[in-house]
Amino acid sequence: MAEEIAEVKKKGQKKSSEDYTYLGMVFHRLTRHKLAMAGAAMLVVILVFVFVGPLIWRADPNAQIEGIEGLFNAPSKLHPLGTDDYGRDVLARMFFGGRISLFIGFVSAISSTMIGAIVGLVAGYYGGWADNLLMRFTDAMLSMPTFPLLIALSSVIGKGVGQIILVIVVFGWMTDARLVRGMALSLKEQEYVEAARAIGASANRIMWRHLFPNTLAVLIVSTTIGIGGAIIYEAAISFLGFGVQAPFASWGNMLQNAQQFIWKAPRLIIYPGLAIFMTVLGFNFFGDGLRDAIDPKLKL
Amino acid sequence: MDNREVLVDIKNLRTYFYTEDGVVPAVDGVDLRIHQGEVVGLVGESGCGKSVTSLSIMRLIANPPGKIIGGEIFFHGEDLLKKSEEEMRMIRGDKISMIFQEPMTSLNPVYTVGNQISEAITLHQKIDAAEAKKRTIEMLHLVGIPEPERRYSQYPHEMSGGMRQRVMIAMALSSNPELLISDEATTALDVTIQAQILDLMRGLQKKLGMAILIITHNLAVVAEMADVIYIAYAGKIVESATAKEIFKTPRHPYTYGLLQSIPKFTEKRTNEPLPAIEGMVPSPYHMPKGCRFNPRCPFATEKCREEEPELVELSPGHMVRCFHPIES
Repeated sequence: MAEEIAEVKKKGQKKSSEDYTYLGMVFHRLTRHKLAMAGAAMLVVILVFVFVGPLIWRADPNAQIEGIEGLFNAPSKLHPLGTDDYGRDVLARMFFGGRISLFIGFVSAISSTMIGAIVGLVAGYYGGWADNLLMRFTDAMLSMPTFPLLIALSSVIGKGVGQIILVIVVFGWMTDARLVRGMALSLKEQEYVEAARAIGASANRIMWRHLFPNTLAVLIVSTTIGIGGAIIYEAAISFLGFGVQAPFASWGNMLQNAQQFIWKAPRLIIYPGLAIFMTVLGFNFFGDGLRDAIDPKLKL
Repeated sequence: MDNREVLVDIKNLRTYFYTEDGVVPAVDGVDLRIHQGEVVGLVGESGCGKSVTSLSIMRLIANPPGKIIGGEIFFHGEDLLKKSEEEMRMIRGDKISMIFQEPMTSLNPVYTVGNQISEAITLHQKIDAAEAKKRTIEMLHLVGIPEPERRYSQYPHEMSGGMRQRVMIAMALSSNPELLISDEATTALDVTIQAQILDLMRGLQKKLGMAILIITHNLAVVAEMADVIYIAYAGKIVESATAKEIFKTPRHPYTYGLLQSIPKFTEKRTNEPLPAIEGMVPSPYHMPKGCRFNPRCPFATEKCREEEPELVELSPGHMVRCFHPIES
């Protein structure tokens, strides 16, 4: 009898959280998070656009059409998104510009989060003079005027994708460092940290195995938002003329280039603007859902 | 009993905390001896230095503000206070383990309990992950957790307080320590679970033969379990004897007061209120002169207010820090 009841119960029940591994559970929760799925859908569209698109539409993003009739063409069969002020195919430029923008966004957001996490964990965990030193340095970095320095910096290190990433990372890790330090300060007082010490764990082990994963929920959100921020920052740097250099495209410098022709050809602004908007929004939505999904204490 | 080898010998341990408001002598001259396989109880009120003593043995006092400023802690004849941090790490969790008061927060919320016990094992034993898992499940079984295979992959938040404390015990015992320190390990649990955990600890002690230092403010906890009981007051040991003697013939007025304040089944019920020890634990910033208990002691004399008594052996194995011990 009891077995029968158990059998019936088993059939009637949906999969409970116990039937999943941790990653499986995160995935399961993520798929039930509507906003995250909307964000993921947007990101998939963007990624397919950027990586699959060039395989279908094989146009040279830097080739110019000779003659005045090649400039500012409206969308046509020959140029699905038209041409720009140099007579280049806008669709092809959107593909390749997107790759560069996404690459810059990913690499710089993840690197600045990692640096911020290291600085924050060390400062928060050790406290004392290490904390003072690192945090005063962080404050100093935060109080620097970014753009004048950027101009000076780019004259020294030159212009290019690597340089942009370097600049974004150098000026971008401080907020994460403060965030992580704050969390480390409270987390290290938790009893499980003392328990970890009591089983003979080293300082490094406690920092990376016991404190770091507890900051991940916040860091992942910060990184995803950071990717969006970095893409916008790249646009700003390109706007000043220190970004990705012509003829190579990025969404940022396409935007910058197009603003001179805002009345003449507003679509040139709309395409990269929309792409940046969708990417940033997609990352923010997805990051928000991911935070909810990876919290093991949360029952959805 | 004394022919067993001495495992831990604490001599005149002094751990002070340097705060903005002044120096707190949390532990100020504690002497304590634990033999191999012996269960020792350390009893005292809040703030008398019990926990600081245990953390001092593990060398886990946060510095700053705390500092062990004097004394010796011999473990197998070697002074733990002279060991490097590296050497201490090898001892913690391997030779000496500890379980804490708050089972709800003593486990890391982001790892499964199995993962955490395995960590404690692999930190000290050179075995691979599969073997560690096997050993972990054995340990979970040993501490009486049903369905250990399933529990292995559960997160701490999926378990009750009593279960988590069992997990903590499994973790602490996973490397077969010689000394288990239980720092108020049952205080946060409700009474029935408390009894289960104490039963479990007693059973495991018989089975595995490790020594246990039970730190508690609750005399009832140590009454059944401990071989020897140390009573601490304001950072000092005031009385120590076998459990039987402490309960039968307490010699120090403080111990006497503590025992008087426990309601008894055997006595005839009266309408008298339960006797309590007058006054409060002295502020650590202003320790009274002379005997630290003198402001609350009904037998205090001029001498008690001027001079500090030494720990004296009144009868074999019965040490008392008092000028006017109660007659047995």
